Amino acid sequence: MGHPIKRDHSRFRKIVKGKIRSNLRKFISKGEMPAPKSDGTVKIPMPSIEIPRFKFGEQSQGGTGQGEGQPGDPVDGQQGEEPGQGEAGQGEGKKELEVELTIEELAGILGEELELPNIEPKGKKSIQSTTDRYTSIGVVGPDSLKHFKRSYKNALKRQISVGSYNPENPIIIPVKNDFRYRSAKSTVQYENAAVVIYMMDVSGSMGDEQKEIVRTESYWINLWLRTQYKDIEIRYIIHDATAKEVDEDTFFRTRESGGTLISSAYKLCRDIIVADYNPVEWNIYPFQFSDGDNWSTDDTKECLDILDSHLIPSSNIFCYGQVDSRYGSGQFYNDLIKKYGKDSEDLILSKIENKEAILDSIKDFLGKGK
Amino acid sequence: MNRTSPISGELLRLKEEIHGYAIDYGLDFYEVIFEMCDYDTINILASLGGFPNRYPHWKFGMQYDQMYKGYAYGMQKIYEMVVNTRPCYAYLLKSNNFVDQKIVMAHVYGHADFFKNNAWFASTNRNMMDLMANHGTKIRRYMESYGVDKVESFIDKVLSLENLLDVDALFLDPRKKEDDEDDDEHNDDSDVRSKALQSFMRSKIGGKKKKKVVDEDDLSSKKAMIDLADPTKDIMMFLVENAPLEEWQADVLGALREEAYYYLPQRMTKIMNEGWASYWHSTIMTKHALKATEIIDFADHHSGVMAMSRKRLNPYKLGIELFRDIEYRWNTGKFGQDYQACDDMVEKEKWNKDLGLGKSKIFEIRKTHNDITFIDEFLTPEFCERQQIFTYKYNPSTRRNEIDSKEFEDIKAKLLSQLTNFGTPSIKVKSKNFGNRGEILLHHTHYGVDLDLAYAAETMKNIYALWGRPVNIITKMEDKEVTFIFNGKEFGQLNPA
Repeated sequence: MGHPIKRDHSRFRKIVKGKIRSNLRKFISKGEMPAPKSDGTVKIPMPSIEIPRFKFGEQSQGGTGQGEGQPGDPVDGQQGEEPGQGEAGQGEGKKELEVELTIEELAGILGEELELPNIEPKGKKSIQSTTDRYTSIGVVGPDSLKHFKRSYKNALKRQISVGSYNPENPIIIPVKNDFRYRSAKSTVQYENAAVVIYMMDVSGSMGDEQKEIVRTESYWINLWLRTQYKDIEIRYIIHDATAKEVDEDTFFRTRESGGTLISSAYKLCRDIIVADYNPVEWNIYPFQFSDGDNWSTDDTKECLDILDSHLIPSSNIFCYGQVDSRYGSGQFYNDLIKKYGKDSEDLILSKIENKEAILDSIKDFLGKGK
Repeated sequence: MNRTSPISGELLRLKEEIHGYAIDYGLDFYEVIFEMCDYDTINILASLGGFPNRYPHWKFGMQYDQMYKGYAYGMQKIYEMVVNTRPCYAYLLKSNNFVDQKIVMAHVYGHADFFKNNAWFASTNRNMMDLMANHGTKIRRYMESYGVDKVESFIDKVLSLENLLDVDALFLDPRKKEDDEDDDEHNDDSDVRSKALQSFMRSKIGGKKKKKVVDEDDLSSKKAMIDLADPTKDIMMFLVENAPLEEWQADVLGALREEAYYYLPQRMTKIMNEGWASYWHSTIMTKHALKATEIIDFADHHSGVMAMSRKRLNPYKLGIELFRDIEYRWNTGKFGQDYQACDDMVEKEKWNKDLGLGKSKIFEIRKTHNDITFIDEFLTPEFCERQQIFTYKYNPSTRRNEIDSKEFEDIKAKLLSQLTNFGTPSIKVKSKNFGNRGEILLHHTHYGVDLDLAYAAETMKNIYALWGRPVNIITKMEDKEVTFIFNGKEFGQLNPA
């Protein structure tokens, strides 16, 4: 049932998303990305808008607390926690919840936050599989699947109805007809398989900060795609002037110093798709992250050719994310936009200026539901 | 909109039972009406500050967003919601089990008693349910006439001043007093326009008198011309009466001011109010209402409410422990000159005069004190030590908050400074014609903690938007008196020259 507050709520959401009342923008704190922590909990963002008021400077303020400890002991967090991480005075304004969540729930939150549509897998439903789920009850079955509660209930019912149940001495003796067993129903499921191919420029101009952004973004992309497809494969390609396929760890660690030929990565990506993933059966997601530097205009031309002839036709969407770096020219983004335009259905461009932009960029990439 | 329903059956019986205990203990309250509702409704009510019908504003949406997320992820759950009106409305969550409902009822009777008896609530308008709804209607109407964005932006600016209140106004405002004496249906309330607007009109029509006195006072004395005769902390009222506002703006400002003052006593008595209610739910439950099978659930719930934190004192915990400590001290006679003068620790420990004054003492305190005087008068070194209270502060070299002191004097000073002026900076309007240029001059009374300048700048922008002329503030930064100005374009320090 609608309550007027739902209107306030949607208005708040619109303000947070920057759609209306843009003069409030500087007071919005979106909260961090939901970020998984090592202890299995996840921080959930709580966007908020703070109305400015006269208030005390927080760092000089301190406070009062309750608990054990001697002067000099840290107040926040556990003792022995890494010093230097204290979020002094951040308590009030930024509200965040720390909760334990499963990956599915986490992905659900992401989907809800960004209003991501479910992906409609392309191609025919390629792989059939039957799964047995124990959802019903049968009168025959092996002992190991005996449903004790149901069996007991039946025995109890029978004894009460024939009058052999004595509340003073409530002994229940089940007979064969009383036993119930869990039984399985088979369901046929059509599965869709997907592959994500990450390409990243590891030439000198990509710094740690840029890689961190790529890492975070890829984490969320994987998380979301995993909820959409049952089977998902992930391949990683790094490139400078040459490209090679690596494992996940190497992908985020490697730093080369050479020049940049984006076409090298495209060629390898094309080869991988041709060799392992038939576009008819697979949903293919190439993601490329770069700071937009490319060696030469000739190479860029070659890139566009490969995109047109191979990558775009075989992929669900091709995503290009450009992270800002001090050294990158960002030219490649301009080249792509010149050719494909901003609203292309097949090739999605997104600029990721800083950590805060990650959410928006994920929304760019996955918001099409393809 | 039947989102809530009256209680019935077993709950009604439990209510009668708890009500009986509360009366037997001498609690004194206006009738309490309990209503059942689901979690979404209680989240909505909590987001709206307890009132089902208020003016439209995104901040309620924001609170709702946080509430429902907190609930959905199982992090927080509101058990109790009580509104200070006459009769008192209290909301129970449908999904709670009986023991929780009993705790809540007992707790609510504690609050209801506090609302009725504590001196700071004496001038509260108990008809707030209607008044808030009227404000809602009024503001909705303005939104229709002037546009949602325009009115909402104006409200944003007003909310930025919402904490600039004068505690004394709770007692001084004669207009409030009038209709509180007796609940006469036919007094000013029938006029939808708020009282503030009437005063606004009055000030436009015949209110020149006061100003004249100041003007004529002594022209040679520059000071008199510049400073207000009586600097006021009631900045919202000051703006209603003096700022060049349109009529609807003054009306909205007045309405929001009224709501801010309604919540003020609750902000000033958080520790006492929660402590008092907790004291009573604990007493009633453990002495009477609890069944043997419910003990674990009760203990679980109660300890959750009383959880201590290293970063901030839990008002429930601090309050209940202080009330219990006072009761114990006045029962045993551990107070007064003789006790203080005794320097034999063993004798002091064993001190017991069997006075039995505890109950009457705490009833008296709940009538006359607010959080500040409560802490000031009844916090003792023994109590702080037993409760393991400490102060902490930020250590720049380790970049973390560290325990600073466990000394009684430090703790008390810190607590009092946190509570001073309900935890917000104390700011007065000193002049409305500063430098003879029609500028506002504010004065921040510095109790040792500097203002957050970024926030101050934004707030002053908002005052500027209402006042239309530059806004100045005198404050202290790092022990030096400085004046800042927002001149309409930029914020900066005013040169003394």
